[in-house]
Amino acid sequence: MTALIFSVAILAGVLFVVMYLTLLERKFAGRLQSRIGPQRVGWPFGYLQPVADAVKLLVKEDVIPEVADRKAFNLAPVLVVLPVLFVFAVIPFGENLVLADLNIGVLFVLAISSITLIGIFMAAWGSKNKYAVLSGMRAVNQMISYEVPLVISSLVPVILAESMNLSDIVAFQDRAWFVFYPVLGQLAFIVFMVSAMAEANRIPFDITEAESELVAGFMVEYSGMKFAFFFLAEYAHMLAVSFLAVILFLGGWQGPWLPAGVWLALKVFMVFMLILWIRWSLVRIRLDQILALSWKVLFPLSLLVLLLAGIWKMW
Amino acid sequence: MTNPTNPTADAVHPLQTQVELEGDTLLINMGPQHPSTHGVLRIILTLKGEEVIKAEPVIGYLHRGFEKLAENLTYIQIVPLVDRMDYIANVTNELAFCLAIEKLMKVEVPRRAAYLRVLTSELQRIASHLVWLGTYGLDLGGALGGGTTLFMYCFREREIILDLFEELTGARMMYNFNQIGGVRYQPPAGFGLRVREVLKKLDKAISEYQDMLEDNYVFKVRTKDIGILTPQLAKSAGAEGPVLRGSGVKFDLRKNQPYSGYEEFKFDIPTGQKGDCLDRAKVRIAEMKESLKIVYQAIEGLPEGAISSRPSVRVAAAVKTPEGEVYSRIESPRGELGVYLVSDGSAKPYRLKWRAPSFSNLSLLPQLVAGHKVADIMAVLGSLDPVFGEVDR
Repeated sequence: MTALIFSVAILAGVLFVVMYLTLLERKFAGRLQSRIGPQRVGWPFGYLQPVADAVKLLVKEDVIPEVADRKAFNLAPVLVVLPVLFVFAVIPFGENLVLADLNIGVLFVLAISSITLIGIFMAAWGSKNKYAVLSGMRAVNQMISYEVPLVISSLVPVILAESMNLSDIVAFQDRAWFVFYPVLGQLAFIVFMVSAMAEANRIPFDITEAESELVAGFMVEYSGMKFAFFFLAEYAHMLAVSFLAVILFLGGWQGPWLPAGVWLALKVFMVFMLILWIRWSLVRIRLDQILALSWKVLFPLSLLVLLLAGIWKMW
Repeated sequence: MTNPTNPTADAVHPLQTQVELEGDTLLINMGPQHPSTHGVLRIILTLKGEEVIKAEPVIGYLHRGFEKLAENLTYIQIVPLVDRMDYIANVTNELAFCLAIEKLMKVEVPRRAAYLRVLTSELQRIASHLVWLGTYGLDLGGALGGGTTLFMYCFREREIILDLFEELTGARMMYNFNQIGGVRYQPPAGFGLRVREVLKKLDKAISEYQDMLEDNYVFKVRTKDIGILTPQLAKSAGAEGPVLRGSGVKFDLRKNQPYSGYEEFKFDIPTGQKGDCLDRAKVRIAEMKESLKIVYQAIEGLPEGAISSRPSVRVAAAVKTPEGEVYSRIESPRGELGVYLVSDGSAKPYRLKWRAPSFSNLSLLPQLVAGHKVADIMAVLGSLDPVFGEVDR
């Protein structure tokens, strides 16, 4: 019973936070671009803007193209959202505050989040739209390429903490966060963040959405609530990435003076803002450049940090 | 199959690369409704995976029949009409038209008016290039990301230029500032002071963008070695303005064939070396800085006196031109803007032909994007800076 209540609470919490992360992003982008950002709905800070957006998307007409593969088209948004929400099941929000304390937490997260790719490809293929198909091909290329450095760099904390359990990894960092381990920690963190941002389709890696070339990529035919699902998945994914980065490298809820929950929230917020900052100040790079970065730079680098982690552990 | 009467007719023009369509190519239609086709360009793309095999621009979606319309308007009514031609750089259109008429009627322009014309066209050049830089950000980064940030910054700077124009002419976009024989409005009191203030702000901002361009790895990686335009092709295809100068050809009508007193100003013509998108971008940014210099000189040395050699005409039919034809050209922000005017001696032109730089620059697109990736189409198109009000006319 407690598990049920807890899972509902997590689900509601994540959805609520994600809604307001969109507002945060719009406000932040506004400030960065010397604008104000949304303020009319829920004056003066636009705090009702996410509600207005949700209502707008709910009442929109749900268009299904006549030539679309209806099954794939309708199933895709669900397949994109669910894996991201599953990730939150194993994330420890505090000591003993985790829904499913899996011993293979890291593996679970990595495995389940790659299902998203299938959803994206189904959306692209099911839309029967040339732009969407191009975007789907890009998505597969990009995600498969970035999965490799992402997995290898996530193994560094696993080796150091000698556990795949996310709670154990956090507990291990009570003296020093992994990111403070000389050279090894920083390199692994950078590789992890870059690959994770590519997985989450953020600029400069958002070629699957690629507004200026492919209009909206795989989402081009979606409207209304189905579009909202993709949107939700995108932000939930970013949130999950922020949580993972904090847990694997930044010591989770560990920190002096302040209570654990505050530390965790603060760190997640910082990582999330870092992603936003990068997004709103860079332009997009090309598919071939993204793949080159993955295979020629990040992949060797991730192997190197894995080696360093092994040496560190033996020594 | 050769054409027996004209054997050269079937020879492949350098701008038309012939493509054998293979089984695994994808034909895709981009535009006219598309986020980054700079208005209403339609491109029919033949892709092989991500690679562009052939790009075929289709124009005409913004055709408003200007040239025909002008034949039914008196000369004075045409001036506000041509404002709508290249809607990013309005004042240079008026200038091109007024210079053509003045050449035909052999009207002298007072020195103060000539200086004011230089002042406005250079401010307009900066405003136009700022719009280009902003939209280039959108082309490279999309509307949700760093591209928008650049766009917003550029429009912030453009705004203070538009404020100056508003002060001078009362309008923010469609100025109707030039008239036959001079300009329409005296600058208000304290105008020079405010121009100097704006120049200071712009200089700081443009230097920032220059640093951004030279130091930003992501920007460089997207533009370097993309869409290389050789000087030979640039010349033979009639490339204009920053596109031509980006390929290293030092040609600028303001120097090579000065008009409206440009010979009295000191400025350089920035050129590129390779002719890729990065060079074109660099040339435009450097041009903004040169324009700042010209505006400064114009406001420093602004002579006193009348602003028009002809009285302001209230009756629309009052100007009559002698019979004849004339071609006059100026350097607009996009390149050589030519006006060919045929007059039959009546109050309306017999024929008014615009030689639009955007049009000839756009014709290079198929040649420049062939062999590149899909994403590069936008980088190349943006670097050509076409304005469809001018392409389609």
